[in-house]
Amino acid sequence: MADIWRSNQREVIAVIVLLILLTLYFSTHPAGPTTYVMTIWANQCLILGLAAVAQFFAVIVRGIDLSVGAVMALTNCIASYLVIGSGLDMAGGIFVVLAVGVGCGLVNGMLVVFGRIAPIVVTLATGSLFLGLALLLRPTPGGQIDYDLADAMTLDVFGIPTALIVAVAVIVLFWLPLRRTGLGMGLYAVGSSEQAAFQSGISVATIRLAAFALGGFFAALAGLFFSFVTTTGDAGIGPNFTLNSIAAVVLGGVLLRGGVGTLTGALAGAFILKTIGALMFFSGLPPLSQPLIEGLILAAAIAIGGADVLRVKNRLEVFGR
Amino acid sequence: MVISSTPVVSLVGVSKFYGATKALTDVDFACFGGEIHAILGENGAGKSTLIKLIAGVIQPSEGKIEVDGQACKLASPAMAVSRGLVCMFQELSLVADLSVRENIMLGAPGTGLGWLNSAVIPRAKAILEQIDGGAIRMNRRVADLSLAERQQVEIAKALTRKPRLLILDESTSALNASVVEKVFALIRKERAQGVGVLFISHRFHEIEALADRVSIFRNGQHVETFDNGAYDYGAIISKMVGQRIDDIFPDKPPMNLQAEEILKLESYGWSNGFNNVSMVLRKGQITGLGGLDGQGQGDVLLGLFGLLKNTSGKVSIAGHSAHIKHPKRAKSPALSIALVPQDRKTEGLVLEQSIARNLELAALGVPGIDAADPSIYQPFLDALELKCDSLEQPISQLSGGNQQKVALTKWLALGPRCLLLADPTRGIDVKTKTQIYALLRRLADSGVAVLLLSTDFEELIHLCDETHIFYNAQVVSHLTGSEVTAENIIAASLNIKAAGEAHG
Repeated sequence: MADIWRSNQREVIAVIVLLILLTLYFSTHPAGPTTYVMTIWANQCLILGLAAVAQFFAVIVRGIDLSVGAVMALTNCIASYLVIGSGLDMAGGIFVVLAVGVGCGLVNGMLVVFGRIAPIVVTLATGSLFLGLALLLRPTPGGQIDYDLADAMTLDVFGIPTALIVAVAVIVLFWLPLRRTGLGMGLYAVGSSEQAAFQSGISVATIRLAAFALGGFFAALAGLFFSFVTTTGDAGIGPNFTLNSIAAVVLGGVLLRGGVGTLTGALAGAFILKTIGALMFFSGLPPLSQPLIEGLILAAAIAIGGADVLRVKNRLEVFGR
Repeated sequence: MVISSTPVVSLVGVSKFYGATKALTDVDFACFGGEIHAILGENGAGKSTLIKLIAGVIQPSEGKIEVDGQACKLASPAMAVSRGLVCMFQELSLVADLSVRENIMLGAPGTGLGWLNSAVIPRAKAILEQIDGGAIRMNRRVADLSLAERQQVEIAKALTRKPRLLILDESTSALNASVVEKVFALIRKERAQGVGVLFISHRFHEIEALADRVSIFRNGQHVETFDNGAYDYGAIISKMVGQRIDDIFPDKPPMNLQAEEILKLESYGWSNGFNNVSMVLRKGQITGLGGLDGQGQGDVLLGLFGLLKNTSGKVSIAGHSAHIKHPKRAKSPALSIALVPQDRKTEGLVLEQSIARNLELAALGVPGIDAADPSIYQPFLDALELKCDSLEQPISQLSGGNQQKVALTKWLALGPRCLLLADPTRGIDVKTKTQIYALLRRLADSGVAVLLLSTDFEELIHLCDETHIFYNAQVVSHLTGSEVTAENIIAASLNIKAAGEAHG
């Protein structure tokens, strides 16, 4: 039991913080925890949540993805052309959107793996590239998403926000099974020690490529969900999401050095960040102080996560953290 | 013993070049199923290269590798494992952030990227039970395990992969004698089932106890293969180094109990590691610390070098009470303590940096020493015969033995009055060991007090003037003079009373 706590404490702390913030939010919200309030909250959280998941896959293999926002913008713009019309048209459109995301991720992955270039450099460059493509597609915001589909994805099912159902589905139907496969384990192995992974008979190149492809897929999902919420295409949405996705994974207990953290943690981190924003909206604090407060909370979260260093009695152990 | 008719693996005319450096030259070598085949050689003789070739980590520059008599390209470790060639590397292949269970499943046969195979876990547990590792919980993170526990997990991981050829590269180096004996029993069982074993160790008595055949490598060439027992130690060593080394250990001068006290511990303790440790280190003496792994002896060294918080008891240096709160304080001229740590790759050296930069690290910030002056290092580098192209070469390009020479020199240049050594000859070839032993004795003769933690009891017997054996966080035995025998050390390590043992 102690071992399980030790290996999951970061996620558990993140989820507890989220629950506290959430209680605070719904109790201070003038309208209370109505379905409508919950739905708006969950939609905002899920967009950043999916972006954070995309970031998680890059970070877990000791990388970082500065193109998350750009892929979101690109897929958002593509969706604003294709996700409309008959059911078949929309299905095809969604497929194209997700395929473009995976393609973007693979481009990143191939440059990192075969070009042997640092992920931060690769994704800085490709991020610009993807953003350029998005601007070519939509120089000014516009286009449209099918309203019925957008409603179905952003409202609620029997009072439960669809966005929450999607988040739970990602964890239960995707993440937990992935954790029990060679691929899921390989992600951690490569991020923790590339040499140990290689010598254990793991194809490091395949794992890296898969990680970036998964990252691209989730960035596209984030872009798609953003489209459902706004129902238009806008190439300018990227920059905020890139930086916030990094803040979210850190808040969720994912270590930027790779190998430590979970997708659940990344999602929780994103939900925390967005809930703080929502809380501030009703708190009466000036809106412009939001970055300051968010920064303080991020700093506090990192400090709490590292607080057990103070209890270490062997100074050498401090360096392993 | 059933020996296979065709070799499991054979190398035919294999060479491996790194640029202009020849790591292996035209090597013919074969290992059969059902035999334990020891490989001996100095550092840089080509043992590691040989193993990496067989394990698929690197590919030969010339020549071919045959598996079961068929030419075979081993392009990756995964491919080698699929042919039954399983290696336990000296640099452990465990992933620190994953649990023991996950590490054992990682890359297990038939997994790939798909579902993990948890069927290997009960078998791994059974293996761990047999080698005193039953207490290692499957959910523990590998990062939280001791070096010895990691080696036990490595052994279990390798054996669950159904090897046909098991390669052990110094894989018992951190294990104590009783566990090593159990590992050997396990290896013999594998041999009886027709598994071939390639075994690399620098501990002669291990090779003598275990091997059926011995191959000697020197300067990248295969010198000779012979049946175990065909030659005595002296003859084997002379084949390894090309010249005869008469004695591994230097002569011991008579012990002087009246010598000046350099460092004195009284009821020294630390809540997480050891308690009530009392001992005296005298000028000119080599004092040994022995015992099973993790009995607290390693932590004593860390404490004396200011790496532990909240130690209790009294430490006096040259008669003055001292509070060692930080390594910077420990190395200051007032205390003048040096620690050569156990893990040279992570704690002792900065691998990517040059030899010259590494040498300077310890001397930086010590008043009265010019760290940039190469002449303060040269006498020790000469005494240890460091082999390198130039001092600008990165440490990572040196062999393990040469790396250890740099790690030692960087501290010796400070002229410490008390030298703490944590298993300085772990995984190091005989020639380098001999050089280190001779240097330690010379340092002691020049007035340094040496505290040597060792997992090799031959060092405690032949090199140390007196020895403290740890068991369960305490010193259980203090052996001096003729009491220092293999029987007494092993008995004390296991906390069993033996004839002639004296408690101290």
